[in-house]
Amino acid sequence: MTVIDATAAWLTDPANWTGPNGIPVRLAEHLGVSLVSLLIALAIALPAGLYVGHTRRGSGIAVGIANVGRAVPSIALIGLVLPITQAFDPARGFSLYPSVLAMVALAVPPILVNAFAGIRGVDAEVVGAARGMGLTELQILRRIEVPLALPVVLGGIRSAAVQVIATTTLGAIFALGGLGRYVVDGLAQNDDGMLFGGVVLVATLAMTAEGLLAGLQRLAAGATTGSGRRPRSRATLARPIAAP
Amino acid sequence: MIDWGWLADHVPALLYRTGQHLYLAAIAVAVGLAISLALGVLAARHRRLVLPFTFVADLVYTIPSIALFAALVVVVGLSVLTAEVPLVLYTLVILFRNVVAGFDAVPPDVRDAADAMSYSGTARLVRVELPLAVPLIAAGVRVAAVSTIGLVTISALLGDAFGGLGFFIFEGARRGFATEIYAGAIPTILLALAADRLFVRVQAWLTPWERRAQAEVVPG
Repeated sequence: MTVIDATAAWLTDPANWTGPNGIPVRLAEHLGVSLVSLLIALAIALPAGLYVGHTRRGSGIAVGIANVGRAVPSIALIGLVLPITQAFDPARGFSLYPSVLAMVALAVPPILVNAFAGIRGVDAEVVGAARGMGLTELQILRRIEVPLALPVVLGGIRSAAVQVIATTTLGAIFALGGLGRYVVDGLAQNDDGMLFGGVVLVATLAMTAEGLLAGLQRLAAGATTGSGRRPRSRATLARPIAAP
Repeated sequence: MIDWGWLADHVPALLYRTGQHLYLAAIAVAVGLAISLALGVLAARHRRLVLPFTFVADLVYTIPSIALFAALVVVVGLSVLTAEVPLVLYTLVILFRNVVAGFDAVPPDVRDAADAMSYSGTARLVRVELPLAVPLIAAGVRVAAVSTIGLVTISALLGDAFGGLGFFIFEGARRGFATEIYAGAIPTILLALAADRLFVRVQAWLTPWERRAQAEVVPG
């Protein structure tokens, strides 16, 4: 039986779609961990990014945090906190807590950097005019800066979400559920069908998330610029990845 | 909490794994840079190629690393290639974009001036455009090196012969042995941070004329 046949057989076997190890349960676990991590990261990074972008205070600290966060590998971070969280809670401390923590650390840098770079990139004259019209600082942030910076801010959330969904897979190396289970268990048990079925599921999920969020970002960009299409600048053709 | 005796017994293993880690990462970044430069030059000549290349690269980047490593085992079997192919693919995503952006950042006036001085296409590319593209390419190498150092740990999934320091994280987790997990995790983090700092230096050294212009935050 070839790999493709084995994968198709595994994916279409009704037994793999039910029970506690079934695909719906694993998918729900995967999305649950990703979503919780993303919400925690948003709650931390979004206000911080908006604050730094608006006041321009503490940008050095924000860049420093983002740099370190980007440099620390997720799996090393999981390893680092695992013995500590496990001492508190032997079950979830081995799977859930370290994974969520690592995913939060993964999601914070892109959200933080984009929020603060987006707000800072808003034309200073527009902000000055709003201030001259008597808007309070909070009104300036809410009515002027956030709407204008929305596409950039959403870009950060999108890249955080896609990275988190893709990387939640790593939790399976430890005891976390989620779709990564199939990849890790399939490899360990020499079960090519399960392994490739898992690969297909995980890749499909990550690409779907990327597609959906890209669409959302385009909608938001259309809403702020007044046209449905994002102006195709050089930046959209080849978005450079540069660290500060 | 830390079993110092175990650490003392495993100094040679730690050194060996650190070496393996750097070796796997260095090959991936070097090969990735070579391919990206070739593709980038091609794309600079034929703009139509940029979008499809970027699209494919973005697609690869969304595939989770453990899925790609695991898939490679079945496709090409177990060898250094199994570890290197995914690592190189991930560096391409970062490096290709930055090479293209680097060539794009060359001011048109400079290109025209080079043409007026009758530089041939290749000479213009190597002696005029490439040096001006260095800041963005170097920034890409920095990000690629740091991310590759993280990804090398995942290759431990393939078996004990791979993974660099990731070997200790995997084995430690399997055995529930905190000291061994730390022996893998802490040096990995330090290596990644050191690579980050190192490439900031390299970047500054390669582009002395940019010394005063502070590096800016570019949203990913």
